[in-house]
Amino acid sequence: MSRSSHPDPFAELRAERGVYDIDDQNDPVKMVLRLKDVRKCAHNWKQYSSEATPGRIVVPSEVDIRNTRQIPFELDPPLHGDFRALLDPWFKRPSQAHYQQRLRHIIVAQLESVQLKSTFDCIRDFSLPLQSRALTVLMNVPADEAETFISWGTHVFRSENDPLDAGKAEQLYAYIDQKIDEKIAQPGDDLFSLLLNAKVAGKQISKEEIKGIIILTFAGGRDTVINMVTNTLAYLAEHPESLERLRAEPEIRGRAIEELIRYFSPLTHMGRVAREDAQVCEHAVAQDSRISLCWASANRDASVFEHPDEVILDRKLNPHVAFGFAHHNCLGATHARTLMQLLLDVVCERVQRIDFIDAQENIEEWGELRRKVGYHNLQLSLQVNS
Amino acid sequence: MAKITFITRNDEHYILEADSGSLMELAVQNGVDGIDGDCGGVCSCATCHVHVNTEHMEKVGAASEIEQDMLELDDNATAQSRLCCQIDVSDELDGLVVRVAR
Repeated sequence: MSRSSHPDPFAELRAERGVYDIDDQNDPVKMVLRLKDVRKCAHNWKQYSSEATPGRIVVPSEVDIRNTRQIPFELDPPLHGDFRALLDPWFKRPSQAHYQQRLRHIIVAQLESVQLKSTFDCIRDFSLPLQSRALTVLMNVPADEAETFISWGTHVFRSENDPLDAGKAEQLYAYIDQKIDEKIAQPGDDLFSLLLNAKVAGKQISKEEIKGIIILTFAGGRDTVINMVTNTLAYLAEHPESLERLRAEPEIRGRAIEELIRYFSPLTHMGRVAREDAQVCEHAVAQDSRISLCWASANRDASVFEHPDEVILDRKLNPHVAFGFAHHNCLGATHARTLMQLLLDVVCERVQRIDFIDAQENIEEWGELRRKVGYHNLQLSLQVNS
Repeated sequence: MAKITFITRNDEHYILEADSGSLMELAVQNGVDGIDGDCGGVCSCATCHVHVNTEHMEKVGAASEIEQDMLELDDNATAQSRLCCQIDVSDELDGLVVRVAR
């Protein structure tokens, strides 16, 4: 077991039972573990709803610390689809050349800021500031606002010692309120202004709805992107042969990104609430109880993926669900994929070697199971082209 | 060289030529509306869904089990459905006509 590997804690339960029951603040969750079941449940929004009490489909539940509904994430069709129709074009902008130039510039600058240090912390000095700066491009707000986002740390609703920190979210809410007022007074070419001027299902979007969309933009792409970037650099540090291969074969980088996303599965799972009594692979699901779609487990399902615990950089058939599945697939996926593509390009161009110095792993606890999702800190050192 | 026609939901016709790569890559390179190919062709995203003309089904061949599992849960799926990242361009496909599913 190498320091950059991510073991699969679900293998036995997935094969034997297909589900795993955990408690979460007295609101139990039945984790669905097999790829086909995860897909079926994700697709079946009529049975498994996202439109529950705000915060309830997140595990651990955020009902006690959040009242604002995250949009479109905590809506069901058809209203969900109306919001997606508005938001999808904006969140597809990362496919455009000028957007990619801006992101590339950010990645190069971030790399230059750490490459001469003897060692650096990958999260604090690289992934967190990179994610924050990339987010200003996604929302098209001034670049210097990234400094505010950086000061908030890696998770919007969690702090070092508290997985659910209500106080922590207040700074984000304050930022959003201030931004909405600013853009009412002076509209621009940014996500806030787009939302302030938009109608969904024939109605002007409310301030509360705008807040829900922006909170989702911050929360959904925060620790996920940070872990993806960090885990990738840890992997390349321990696998110099993979870095060499990606350098020599740029045409496989797209597949490599999908494979690394499958392997790391930055979001472990996402919940749904059963509208009526149901069954998942012969296990009863009671009305108004929660299931979770365990993307991380589904992505190691040996009935679908050959050698699921290995990173196979050019894996050709890779029907992973790391970005979710069906209506609620990840709104930020184009941004995340583009960021990863540019990161690999820049690293292949400039970095000769990455050294893994030391790390403290970030381990999630789900019932009796432990899942490594990334690192609390990761000391790396770089050797760049002269 | 194979000539391949994509017909979009707005009834735009794209008549394209290629001798290698996948149908999805051909469509994305030419900006065919409704073919996104988000996952780059690894059969993960289902954003390259097409309906193959009935008379061409045989020449295109059947979908793999993994692809069928993806299509099974796609609301626009029919007996003609394929994810076109899984169809490699070859001379044999000359004259193929597909309709974009969304």
